[in-house]
Amino acid sequence: MTAPKTMPRLETTPRLAINELSAISLRDGNRPILRRVSLDVGLGEVHGLVGESGAGKSTIAKAILGIIPSQVRIAGGQIGFEGRDLLTLSANALRAVLGRDIALVPQDPSTALNPSRRIEAQMTDGLRLKRGLSAKDARLRALALLEEVQIRDPDRVLASYPHQLSGGMRQRVLIAAAFGLEPKLVIADEPTTALDVTVQKQILRLIRALQERHGTSVLFVSHDLGVVAKICDRVTVLYMGKVVEQGATAEVLAAPRHAYTKALLAANPRYDRPDTGLEPTPPDVIAALRAEIAAFDAGAAEGRNG
Amino acid sequence: MLLAVIVNRAAMALVTLAGVAVIVFVLLRVVPGDPVAMMIGPGATAADIAALKARYGFDAPILTQFWIWSEGIVTGDFGTSITLHRHVTDVLASRLPATLELAVMALIVAVALGGSVAVVGTLLRRTPGEAVIDGLNSIMLAVPDFIWALALVLLFAVALPVLPLTGRIDPALAEGFTTRFYLAESILTDRFAVAGDILSHMIMPALALALPLAAVIVRLLKQSLKEAMLQDYVLLARIKGFGELRLVLQEALRNAIGPTLALTGVQFTFLIGGTVIVERIFAYPGIGNLAIDAIINRDFPLIQGLVLLFGLIFILINIGIDLSVAALNPRLRHA
Amino acid sequence: MEHWSTNAKTAATQAGPQPPSIAGRLVSDPKVVVAGGFILFLIVLAVFAPLIAPQDPLEQNLLTATLPPIGFADAQPGFLLGTDGLGRDVLSRVIFGSRVSLTVAFVAAGLACLIGSVLGLLAGYLGAFVDTVISRLVDVWMAFPPVLLSILLIAVIGTGLHSVIIAIVVIDWTRFCRVVRTETMNQAQMDYVTAARAIGFSRPAILFREILPNVVPVLIALLTLEMGIAVVVEAILSFVGLSVSSDTPTWGGMIAEGRQIVHEGWWVLAAPLAALFATVVAFNQLGDGLARSLDPVLRR
Repeated sequence: MTAPKTMPRLETTPRLAINELSAISLRDGNRPILRRVSLDVGLGEVHGLVGESGAGKSTIAKAILGIIPSQVRIAGGQIGFEGRDLLTLSANALRAVLGRDIALVPQDPSTALNPSRRIEAQMTDGLRLKRGLSAKDARLRALALLEEVQIRDPDRVLASYPHQLSGGMRQRVLIAAAFGLEPKLVIADEPTTALDVTVQKQILRLIRALQERHGTSVLFVSHDLGVVAKICDRVTVLYMGKVVEQGATAEVLAAPRHAYTKALLAANPRYDRPDTGLEPTPPDVIAALRAEIAAFDAGAAEGRNG
Repeated sequence: MLLAVIVNRAAMALVTLAGVAVIVFVLLRVVPGDPVAMMIGPGATAADIAALKARYGFDAPILTQFWIWSEGIVTGDFGTSITLHRHVTDVLASRLPATLELAVMALIVAVALGGSVAVVGTLLRRTPGEAVIDGLNSIMLAVPDFIWALALVLLFAVALPVLPLTGRIDPALAEGFTTRFYLAESILTDRFAVAGDILSHMIMPALALALPLAAVIVRLLKQSLKEAMLQDYVLLARIKGFGELRLVLQEALRNAIGPTLALTGVQFTFLIGGTVIVERIFAYPGIGNLAIDAIINRDFPLIQGLVLLFGLIFILINIGIDLSVAALNPRLRHA
Repeated sequence: MEHWSTNAKTAATQAGPQPPSIAGRLVSDPKVVVAGGFILFLIVLAVFAPLIAPQDPLEQNLLTATLPPIGFADAQPGFLLGTDGLGRDVLSRVIFGSRVSLTVAFVAAGLACLIGSVLGLLAGYLGAFVDTVISRLVDVWMAFPPVLLSILLIAVIGTGLHSVIIAIVVIDWTRFCRVVRTETMNQAQMDYVTAARAIGFSRPAILFREILPNVVPVLIALLTLEMGIAVVVEAILSFVGLSVSSDTPTWGGMIAEGRQIVHEGWWVLAAPLAALFATVVAFNQLGDGLARSLDPVLRR
């Protein structure tokens, strides 16, 4: 795993500033889902959000996009974007921001495209709504975008329906559509999970290339530290809704401070060293984490009562 | 591929139609009592009855009668109406356009009404508004066109006397038509006042026929739309910043419409069947009204012709449904 | 073997919480209570009509012809809903009309259900040739517009209550046949049937002891719906003049008469129409509620 260039700690105003974000699940008796999570994504930065299933990564992404499910409630904190707290925006105001300034690359390309609409329609509708392009201009732009994501036959792809394209092609289309709106922030939600391993690397390179070219900030959500290591400048490690480690990717990989991060690194299969086995997270690390979380919760409860 | 389906269906249709023809033919002739005597009225002599029987060929054995009739069908001769003294084909041709216009108008009203309410219901999902729509629709599903027709009579002929109660057009305006498609022709020839009069005659029977179909559409389409709205591609479109109404119409509708289309087609055949009684209630001069008269008067050739006509319409609608469903699915078109 | 069926049912209801007794479920559903209550009320009306109706439904009196209902000008006491063109009390005629409607509802729907279900069971379970014949028959049958067919049948076999019942049965048995056939085919593939066969139960035994009980909930709901349809068909046939003789009061006959004099006496049309409307909706909602309460899958 080669880490990208080390980025210094941000001096300028971050693009996205999540501050002390907390969320609870209304169904499980107010069980905490996010425990005062704070993270910043700077201008032009690719920030990795890593954690296992249920760690709360999707909840953070959904909170930014304003689509948290009804059984989850935000219990505190702010999401700063362009000088405004996204959590306080009205539905209309948020809708104005979405698509124009924030875009999503979804996880599953087979369900994220409407099977009954041609690719051209699905790529140009956002451009026409948010950037006011005419149909002709939007089409030209879509063609250009498809070339940017290295699709060789953009005319045919535009005229196709999703079921006529492969999974990798569909993901490229989705990436092109997301970046094509020239948003300030792109949230990539496990964009390579549903793809073949051979395609994953290409997609990652593509995302990095597009991001650099357009200067977009990216919040890269993943459960795979190995993937994150490939393209993220900084990384936040999440466990049970709590930030466990945060910093420049190279530093975190080289010298992880928290035991959990070490365990995560060890858990990655090393294809270059086939004799080393897979290491599950040691039980004492889990126990220590649980204790840490319990202490945090107790402290939070006291804070509420106090 | 599609052609094979059509040919197959057409073949089956012909077989079904033949079966229907046979059943009706036999049914009419095994009637207890003497139909010819009923036609002629009391005071007729045996000779008169025999003469009438010979004239219409009722004295021959059933098989022969059927053969003669079938031969006629193949050459396009459906016999002569006993009560109207005209060729059955003439009679049918003169009355069919009225019913077709009525049925099509009812279909348009049902789709417009049902579709709009379904969309509104989807926009209101998980609110009390949806419960209200569901409750009202549940009652509407129970009420047949027969009851609607009479309720409309009470409402718009008695309570608010704004609509004419019977017929298709003001007799004074019935001049100068080349086809029997009065509504279409009057609109196409810019005679809007006449079209308005025709519409005022048609609106009640069309509404009576449309409401049960609209209720069915609301239930199924709303359900399909709600399911479609849960899909990932709708979520992505929402994240792109599209509003609710746009999401329903642009993303959900085309994926939700398939089952509704198929069901609408089936229900449309029931609607055609409903014209029999609704036309009667409004004295609307279509084939439905004609059918009742024909049956009450025991006009065999006319009854046979009508049954075949209804059967043919049903079959054509069914084929139309199959074609539309196939045409709408991109996977089948662009496999 | 009772426990095989119970096992299947338990498995089916495992998804939700343990259900209370069937009676308990039925009573707690507002649709069932209201609709069922209304039907019971109607049954009481029909059975005790001579005692409940204020006037003789057949008594004509031209002096009291076309009187409006109480509350309107020129109304007379004793004629709560007014009188028709021959001076007959509308309310009494509506009450007596319920006799015909309910008789047709229960008898015709019941027979259609019986015949259709038996044929559907046979088609679904025996499959192959039997199924093909019955299914073809159903297809041809359903190519007829039902109203047309019913009128045609009556015209052929003559008027009268028995004819109406026969006509309804002949037209609507296909509805039951299709549903029962599908349900039987589903049930026939289930494990408990295979097990029963392995143990050596004969086909009729399996049909009636294993499959039928699982088909019954669907059947009851459909039967109730069919009753509503039967009431409407009877009314339509009366309207066209093809039902019972014109002396016996029927809702359809009253509607026909009311339609003729709708400008002079709108109540003659309104009263039986309202009764018909309420009855049809009640049967429909009852069927809906029953389907929901009795079918463990639908109760989600």
